[in-house]
Amino acid sequence: MSDLFKPDEAAGIRLKQASLSFGEGANRLEALHQLELTIPAGEFVSVLGPSGCGKSTLIGAIAGLAKLSAGELLVNGSAVRAPGAERGVVFQHHTLFPWKTVFQNVEFGLRNRGVKKPERTASVREMLAHVGLEEFTHHYPAQLSGGMQQRVNLARALVNRPKVLLMDEPFAALDAQTRLNMQELLLALWSERRMTVLFVTHDVDEALFLADRVVVLSRRPAEIRSEVVVELPRPRTTSVLTEPRFSSLKRHCLELLRNESRRSIRPPPGDAQASPEELVEAVTEQA
Amino acid sequence: MATIGHITTTFTAMSTAITTLDDQPAVSNPALQTSRWRKVAARWFVRLLSIALCFVLWEAASRGKWTVLGARFENVPAPSQVFDAAKELARSPKLTGHLKASLMRIFAGFSLAAVLAVASGMLIGRFRWAEDGLMPPFEILRPIPAVAWIPLAILLWPTPESSMIFITFIGAFFPILLNTVHGVEGIDRRLVQASLVLGTGRVALFREVILPGSLPAIVTGLTIGMGTAWFSLITAEMVSGQYGIGYFTWEAYTLQNYPDIVLGMILIGVLGMLSSGLIRIVGLRFMPWFKFGGNST
Repeated sequence: MSDLFKPDEAAGIRLKQASLSFGEGANRLEALHQLELTIPAGEFVSVLGPSGCGKSTLIGAIAGLAKLSAGELLVNGSAVRAPGAERGVVFQHHTLFPWKTVFQNVEFGLRNRGVKKPERTASVREMLAHVGLEEFTHHYPAQLSGGMQQRVNLARALVNRPKVLLMDEPFAALDAQTRLNMQELLLALWSERRMTVLFVTHDVDEALFLADRVVVLSRRPAEIRSEVVVELPRPRTTSVLTEPRFSSLKRHCLELLRNESRRSIRPPPGDAQASPEELVEAVTEQA
Repeated sequence: MATIGHITTTFTAMSTAITTLDDQPAVSNPALQTSRWRKVAARWFVRLLSIALCFVLWEAASRGKWTVLGARFENVPAPSQVFDAAKELARSPKLTGHLKASLMRIFAGFSLAAVLAVASGMLIGRFRWAEDGLMPPFEILRPIPAVAWIPLAILLWPTPESSMIFITFIGAFFPILLNTVHGVEGIDRRLVQASLVLGTGRVALFREVILPGSLPAIVTGLTIGMGTAWFSLITAEMVSGQYGIGYFTWEAYTLQNYPDIVLGMILIGVLGMLSSGLIRIVGLRFMPWFKFGGNST
């Protein structure tokens, strides 16, 4: 096994009574409400929830881009205060630097940490080979397909050997076939690295196929509504998608989600106007 | 890798399909290709004819001393006279002196404006304190045309040379500043977030994200600023110059050397066009990614 994929010490995530709100006074908007979540080191957790419920805010908080208004957030035992290299983030799309080549994009985190050039080059080349992009090293992102761009995104996060990988609907913009390929690639990389993964999605199939455990969030402000342990054997292949066990888990998750979205039809007085877009804006505002 | 192979094949297949679709009629029908060429040739013929016609009318108007809607062509030199004046100027040593003077002033004023406007524009676009601290005076000064600065510039600066460079600077500064601010503000916040989670420090954020992200807008600003720099310089040279193309043009008027007026005008146009083109070419050299779809992916 290459040095790059030497099993690394993974980190656990712990949220205690974590609340996060944006704005002041009448415009105050609570995105997370007393969230309790523990993810042991090396676990793969998917987060499902109605759209606009605060899933992305959760990622932003753990990444260190948004600050909690109350409660505690620990990664590997220490409180999160700012973004850090041990927490890698893969965003939905359009987050590769258009002015950097594939190589330069992947190299960026290592350069920021002052890794020397020969070592950097070796790591980037190895990482690119792992995601099957060695032939596209000197291409610009705009020259790549959506699936290839997300491979670069994945490589850009993983080359820093993060102990926690935070993924915010990373495959949502891809076509069905490419999405399946990416999911398999992610599982392959995870089984080698065993980093802690928090994977936000609105796709039940994706959540179940990837995770050890699926956490279902309530409508905003997000609380943990329920948890589903996925006891499907690993390594998983796409054939698992058609198994009866998978179908019954899926039915259960869909039921939970449907209940949540029914509840969210009646918005509580006070925060009816805020849209999910505003929430995202608010997160970025803080960053 | 199988998937990559698959994607690449799909891409190739797609592009083949597109080319075939586009080229098929032309390949299967050579007559159609010929007619396409004819259309292109016809359009160019009309364009050149239009320019030629302008020259013919101009020549006729000056020679025939026409009066068109009250405009008297009596004193307007004919194109043939301008051409003769151009030949003469090209032979005389005067031309290089005027050109050197104008180009030096443009270079000094424009470079100064570019450095200061890009630097302050990046701060204003990124930080609220810079916006509040710098933008109000800029907003008041901005609508004042460079020409209106000339009297004060003469009082302000010890030599005519420095006051003309100052006027050029004023002309170039604001378009560059506003485009830079616009460029910085237009940078996708997700890119800033992505760089923060990759451990980017404050300085690196500017160098690696803010600057390249706003570069297309900055180049646009520089191109526009180059145009306004020439505009301002020519005015300044007409008022207080001793050499330079603007001075040459105005001097031709005072000496009643009319063909040189038009020659000066043409020179100004050509120089402005060439320098803006140069900015664009140099700009694209610094943005090798730009031709693949601008600043978005």
